[in-house]
Amino acid sequence: MESYAHPETLVSTDWVAQHAPDDRMRVVEVDVDTGAYDEGHVPGALAWAWNSQLSDTVRRDILSREQFQELMAGSGISNDTTVVIYGDNNNWFAAWAFWQMKIYGHKDVRLMNGGRKTWLAEGRELSTERPEVKRKTYRAAAPDWSIRALLPQVRTASESGAAALVDVRSPLEYTGEILAPPGLPETCQRGGHIPGARSIPWGLAANEDGTFKSVEELRRLYGAEGVDGSRPVVAYCRIGERSSHTWFVLKYLLGFAQVANYDGSWTEWGNLVGVPVEKGAPAAVRTARG
Amino acid sequence: MRAEDYGERRVEVLGWPVNLTTYRLGEVYHAKADNVSPGAALARATGVTRAEAEDQVLRRAEELLARTRRLR
Repeated sequence: MESYAHPETLVSTDWVAQHAPDDRMRVVEVDVDTGAYDEGHVPGALAWAWNSQLSDTVRRDILSREQFQELMAGSGISNDTTVVIYGDNNNWFAAWAFWQMKIYGHKDVRLMNGGRKTWLAEGRELSTERPEVKRKTYRAAAPDWSIRALLPQVRTASESGAAALVDVRSPLEYTGEILAPPGLPETCQRGGHIPGARSIPWGLAANEDGTFKSVEELRRLYGAEGVDGSRPVVAYCRIGERSSHTWFVLKYLLGFAQVANYDGSWTEWGNLVGVPVEKGAPAAVRTARG
Repeated sequence: MRAEDYGERRVEVLGWPVNLTTYRLGEVYHAKADNVSPGAALARATGVTRAEAEDQVLRRAEELLARTRRLR
């Protein structure tokens, strides 16, 4: 079986169980449900709350460089620490944390394949203790904005087709039949999708047990929608966490050179005044050639 | 401590498919309800029995799913 483009960014639950956190390695749990960590977590793991510690809640933005440095230092992470991240919902917000760590240039960050779900299902050891953390010094790199898409780039991509837009939400969100995942708050005024976006729900990249599909399966999945790495890709969802999962798949498992996460996502686009929205089922695949 | 009696099953709540995950940690049963598509966590609950934890989490999931509007 062909290996992923960057296999060093993905570790198994077995690997984590055999590498207890020490001074050179830190394990961090990042959940959608921020209470899950307290039920029990990978022994030695810290928790980051996506909605407070990984976001600037005033500006509705990712962390600034200074905020990021403070989070790392306070978490006992230095520039040469190996950081393993995992979480619930098949690593949605774990991937979001991974993405921010790459924006600020952390070299060795990995996702635990299958996340919290796999760890629990395999009956692995859980702890309710919060580890003691010794503060470290951390210096973040200048942000790499090439992996983040902002509204102007997304508008250009939609209008010109220069980049493939991948909508990773559920099919009913894509068509506009619902405004948010069933049971969750509606955060937009309109339903539908960004014109030209292909519908490739994030979950299609995962197996039933939460682990990632093989590189062959992933290549077929995205290739069938004209997403093959021949042109830049922008992934989006509702608030940017599901699309972080897809961004990780495209960038690190398939090795596409130019992949960006549009974290403004549908919560931004679906509330804008005067921008076009498409509704309904996807049109035929549009490729770079037409 | 480990998760024991781990199980997952699909149920339907108000017409929406829901993934129900249940396991026991020590003496306490934990249940979690996710919407199947897209797979977001809806609710979590605990109980002294599997049935109690699942009843509670499904009740909460039903409250949340009842708020979802289908636009035609």
